[in-house]
Amino acid sequence: MSEELEKCSMVICSGDMDKVMAAFIIATTAASMGRETTMFFTFWGMKAIQKGNLTGSSFFERMLGVMNRGGVDRIGPSRLNFGGMGRWMFKKMMKAKGVTPLAELRQTALDLGVTLLACQMSMDVMGIKREDLIDEVADVVGAATYCNLALQGKTMFI
Amino acid sequence: MSENVTPAMVLDLKGLLCPMPVVKLAGAIKKVEVGAIIEATATDPGVMADIPAWTKSTGNELVKMEREGKVITFWVKRLK
Repeated sequence: MSEELEKCSMVICSGDMDKVMAAFIIATTAASMGRETTMFFTFWGMKAIQKGNLTGSSFFERMLGVMNRGGVDRIGPSRLNFGGMGRWMFKKMMKAKGVTPLAELRQTALDLGVTLLACQMSMDVMGIKREDLIDEVADVVGAATYCNLALQGKTMFI
Repeated sequence: MSENVTPAMVLDLKGLLCPMPVVKLAGAIKKVEVGAIIEATATDPGVMADIPAWTKSTGNELVKMEREGKVITFWVKRLK
Protein backbone atom coordinates (compact mmCIF):
# COMPACT_ATOMS: atom_id res chain seq x y z
CA MET A 1 0.00 0.00 0.00
CA SER A 2 1.27 3.47 -0.78
CA GLU A 3 2.48 5.99 1.77
CA GLU A 4 0.15 8.71 0.52
CA LEU A 5 -2.82 7.07 2.21
CA GLU A 6 -4.27 9.23 4.93
CA LYS A 7 -3.70 8.03 8.45
CA CYS A 8 -6.52 7.07 10.76
CA SER A 9 -6.45 8.20 14.36
CA MET A 10 -8.97 7.71 17.11
CA VAL A 11 -9.53 9.11 20.58
CA ILE A 12 -11.15 6.61 22.92
CA CYS A 13 -12.53 8.58 25.82
CA SER A 14 -15.13 6.01 26.81
CA GLY A 15 -14.56 2.91 28.89
CA ASP A 16 -17.88 1.35 27.96
CA MET A 17 -17.77 -2.09 26.40
CA ASP A 18 -19.94 -1.14 23.43
CA LYS A 19 -17.94 1.95 22.53
CA VAL A 20 -14.55 0.31 23.04
CA MET A 21 -15.74 -2.56 20.88
CA ALA A 22 -16.82 -0.19 18.11
CA ALA A 23 -13.44 1.54 18.35
CA PHE A 24 -11.50 -1.71 17.95
CA ILE A 25 -13.73 -2.88 15.10
CA ILE A 26 -13.14 0.34 13.18
CA ALA A 27 -9.42 0.36 14.00
CA THR A 28 -8.89 -3.22 12.80
CA THR A 29 -10.85 -2.48 9.64
CA ALA A 30 -8.92 0.72 8.89
CA ALA A 31 -5.67 -1.17 9.43
CA SER A 32 -6.95 -3.90 7.09
CA MET A 33 -7.44 -1.20 4.49
CA GLY A 34 -3.77 -0.36 4.75
CA ARG A 35 -4.19 2.74 6.89
CA GLU A 36 -1.64 3.51 9.54
CA THR A 37 -3.96 3.51 12.55
CA THR A 38 -3.42 4.94 16.02
CA MET A 39 -5.71 4.74 19.02
CA PHE A 40 -5.25 7.30 21.77
CA PHE A 41 -6.84 6.19 25.06
CA THR A 42 -7.81 8.86 27.53
CA PHE A 43 -9.85 9.20 30.74
CA TRP A 44 -12.38 6.32 31.01
CA GLY A 45 -10.93 4.86 27.83
CA MET A 46 -7.80 3.96 29.80
CA LYS A 47 -9.72 0.95 31.14
CA ALA A 48 -9.44 -0.77 27.77
CA ILE A 49 -5.63 -0.83 27.95
CA GLN A 50 -5.21 -1.51 31.66
CA LYS A 51 -4.12 -4.91 32.89
CA GLY A 52 -6.96 -4.89 35.39
CA ASN A 53 -5.09 -4.74 38.68
CA LEU A 54 -6.02 -2.28 41.41
CA THR A 55 -4.38 1.10 40.90
CA GLY A 56 -3.46 4.24 42.78
CA SER A 57 -1.50 5.14 45.88
CA SER A 58 -3.36 8.05 47.50
CA PHE A 59 -6.75 7.51 49.15
CA PHE A 60 -8.74 9.01 46.26
CA GLU A 61 -6.70 7.21 43.63
CA ARG A 62 -7.23 3.88 45.34
CA MET A 63 -10.96 4.54 45.73
CA LEU A 64 -11.13 5.30 42.03
CA GLY A 65 -9.13 2.16 41.33
CA VAL A 66 -11.70 0.06 43.19
CA MET A 67 -14.80 1.74 41.78
CA ASN A 68 -13.50 2.08 38.25
CA ARG A 69 -11.37 -0.99 37.87
CA GLY A 70 -9.83 -1.40 34.43
CA GLY A 71 -9.25 -4.39 32.20
CA VAL A 72 -10.80 -5.13 28.86
CA ASP A 73 -12.78 -8.10 30.18
CA ARG A 74 -14.18 -6.15 33.09
CA ILE A 75 -15.77 -3.23 31.28
CA GLY A 76 -19.53 -3.23 30.87
CA PRO A 77 -21.99 -1.81 28.35
CA SER A 78 -22.98 1.87 28.58
CA ARG A 79 -26.62 0.90 29.07
CA LEU A 80 -28.35 -2.06 30.74
CA ASN A 81 -25.30 -3.18 32.67
CA PHE A 82 -27.18 -3.76 35.97
CA GLY A 83 -24.04 -4.15 38.02
CA GLY A 84 -22.40 -6.61 35.67
CA MET A 85 -25.44 -8.63 34.61
CA GLY A 86 -25.59 -6.76 31.32
CA ARG A 87 -21.95 -7.44 30.58
CA TRP A 88 -22.47 -11.13 31.26
CA MET A 89 -25.56 -11.22 29.07
CA PHE A 90 -23.96 -9.35 26.17
CA LYS A 91 -20.87 -11.54 26.29
CA LYS A 92 -23.08 -14.62 26.18
CA MET A 93 -25.16 -13.26 23.31
CA MET A 94 -22.13 -12.22 21.33
CA LYS A 95 -20.44 -15.57 21.88
CA ALA A 96 -23.55 -17.37 20.64
CA LYS A 97 -23.47 -15.31 17.43
CA GLY A 98 -19.75 -15.80 16.93
CA VAL A 99 -18.69 -12.20 17.49
CA THR A 100 -14.97 -11.85 18.20
CA PRO A 101 -14.50 -11.14 21.93
CA LEU A 102 -13.11 -7.76 22.90
CA ALA A 103 -9.74 -9.04 24.15
CA GLU A 104 -9.22 -10.96 20.92
CA LEU A 105 -10.23 -7.92 18.89
CA ARG A 106 -7.63 -5.85 20.72
CA GLN A 107 -5.01 -8.50 19.96
CA THR A 108 -6.08 -8.50 16.30
CA ALA A 109 -5.61 -4.73 16.21
CA LEU A 110 -2.11 -5.15 17.61
CA ASP A 111 -1.32 -7.92 15.13
CA LEU A 112 -2.38 -5.60 12.32
CA GLY A 113 0.03 -2.97 13.56
CA VAL A 114 -2.43 -0.59 15.21
CA THR A 115 -0.55 1.69 17.64
CA LEU A 116 -2.02 2.05 21.12
CA LEU A 117 -1.18 5.26 22.95
CA ALA A 118 -2.03 6.17 26.53
CA CYS A 119 -2.80 9.65 27.84
CA GLN A 120 -0.18 10.87 30.29
CA MET A 121 -2.48 13.37 31.97
CA SER A 122 -5.23 10.81 32.64
CA MET A 123 -2.65 8.55 34.20
CA ASP A 124 -1.36 11.35 36.42
CA VAL A 125 -4.86 12.32 37.54
CA MET A 126 -6.07 8.78 38.23
CA GLY A 127 -2.82 7.46 39.62
CA ILE A 128 -2.38 4.86 36.89
CA LYS A 129 1.21 3.78 36.30
CA ARG A 130 2.86 2.47 33.16
CA GLU A 131 3.04 -0.99 34.71
CA ASP A 132 -0.75 -0.91 35.19
CA LEU A 133 -1.11 -0.80 31.40
CA ILE A 134 -0.72 -3.76 29.09
CA ASP A 135 2.83 -4.09 27.74
CA GLU A 136 1.63 -3.62 24.15
CA VAL A 137 0.89 0.08 24.72
CA ALA A 138 3.44 1.77 22.46
CA ASP A 139 3.86 5.01 24.38
CA VAL A 140 2.46 7.36 26.97
CA VAL A 141 1.92 10.73 25.35
CA GLY A 142 0.09 14.06 25.45
CA ALA A 143 -2.36 15.88 23.23
CA ALA A 144 0.31 17.35 20.97
CA THR A 145 1.45 13.88 19.90
CA TYR A 146 -2.15 12.97 19.16
CA CYS A 147 -2.86 16.21 17.27
CA ASN A 148 0.24 15.70 15.19
CA LEU A 149 -1.16 12.33 14.08
CA ALA A 150 -4.72 13.59 13.74
CA LEU A 151 -3.64 16.33 11.36
CA GLN A 152 -2.22 13.71 9.00
CA GLY A 153 -5.56 12.11 8.27
CA LYS A 154 -9.01 11.28 9.46
CA THR A 155 -9.82 11.29 13.13
CA MET A 156 -12.62 9.88 15.24
CA PHE A 157 -13.72 10.56 18.79
CA ILE A 158 -15.34 7.76 20.72
CA MET B 1 -16.47 -17.16 -12.32
CA SER B 2 -14.90 -18.48 -15.47
CA GLU B 3 -13.81 -22.09 -15.07
CA ASN B 4 -10.32 -21.53 -16.42
CA VAL B 5 -9.15 -19.42 -13.48
CA THR B 6 -7.87 -21.36 -10.50
CA PRO B 7 -7.82 -19.39 -7.25
CA ALA B 8 -4.40 -19.12 -5.63
CA MET B 9 -6.05 -19.43 -2.25
CA VAL B 10 -9.40 -20.56 -0.90
CA LEU B 11 -10.61 -18.84 2.25
CA ASP B 12 -13.36 -20.10 4.51
CA LEU B 13 -14.88 -17.10 6.32
CA LYS B 14 -18.13 -18.82 7.20
CA GLY B 15 -19.43 -18.02 10.67
CA LEU B 16 -17.22 -14.96 11.05
CA LEU B 17 -18.81 -11.61 11.77
CA CYS B 18 -17.68 -8.03 11.25
CA PRO B 19 -14.83 -7.07 11.15
CA MET B 20 -13.19 -10.50 10.79
CA PRO B 21 -14.02 -11.34 7.14
CA VAL B 22 -12.29 -8.14 6.03
CA VAL B 23 -9.42 -8.59 8.49
CA LYS B 24 -8.80 -12.18 7.30
CA LEU B 25 -9.03 -11.20 3.65
CA ALA B 26 -6.55 -8.36 4.20
CA GLY B 27 -4.13 -10.80 5.80
CA ALA B 28 -4.59 -13.37 3.05
CA ILE B 29 -4.12 -11.00 0.13
CA LYS B 30 -0.56 -10.29 1.25
CA LYS B 31 0.25 -13.97 0.89
CA VAL B 32 -0.66 -14.27 -2.80
CA GLU B 33 1.11 -12.82 -5.83
CA VAL B 34 -0.12 -9.67 -7.56
CA GLY B 35 -2.61 -10.82 -10.18
CA ALA B 36 -3.64 -13.89 -8.20
CA ILE B 37 -7.22 -14.57 -7.17
CA ILE B 38 -8.59 -15.51 -3.78
CA GLU B 39 -11.85 -17.39 -3.55
CA ALA B 40 -13.73 -16.89 -0.29
CA THR B 41 -16.97 -18.06 1.23
CA ALA B 42 -18.76 -16.22 4.02
CA THR B 43 -22.09 -16.26 5.82
CA ASP B 44 -22.16 -12.72 7.22
CA PRO B 45 -24.52 -10.73 4.93
CA GLY B 46 -22.44 -7.65 5.82
CA VAL B 47 -19.74 -8.79 3.41
CA MET B 48 -22.03 -7.91 0.49
CA ALA B 49 -21.30 -4.25 1.23
CA ASP B 50 -18.00 -4.52 3.06
CA ILE B 51 -15.93 -6.51 0.58
CA PRO B 52 -16.66 -4.04 -2.26
CA ALA B 53 -15.79 -1.20 0.15
CA TRP B 54 -12.55 -2.92 1.06
CA THR B 55 -11.50 -3.61 -2.53
CA LYS B 56 -12.33 -0.02 -3.48
CA SER B 57 -10.29 1.37 -0.62
CA THR B 58 -7.29 -0.92 -1.10
CA GLY B 59 -7.22 -0.83 -4.90
CA ASN B 60 -7.85 -4.53 -5.39
CA GLU B 61 -10.51 -6.02 -7.65
CA LEU B 62 -13.72 -7.73 -6.70
CA VAL B 63 -14.08 -10.05 -9.67
CA LYS B 64 -17.41 -11.53 -8.72
CA MET B 65 -19.73 -12.05 -5.79
CA GLU B 66 -22.65 -14.42 -5.63
CA ARG B 67 -25.09 -15.53 -2.98
CA GLU B 68 -26.65 -18.95 -2.66
CA GLY B 69 -28.95 -19.14 0.31
CA LYS B 70 -26.89 -18.06 3.29
CA VAL B 71 -23.51 -18.64 1.70
CA ILE B 72 -21.84 -15.79 -0.13
CA THR B 73 -18.94 -16.60 -2.41
CA PHE B 74 -16.63 -13.98 -3.83
CA TRP B 75 -13.45 -13.75 -5.82
CA VAL B 76 -10.93 -11.01 -5.20
CA LYS B 77 -7.95 -10.30 -7.43
CA ARG B 78 -4.84 -8.75 -5.93
CA LEU B 79 -3.90 -5.73 -8.02
CA LYS B 80 -1.20 -4.17 -5.86
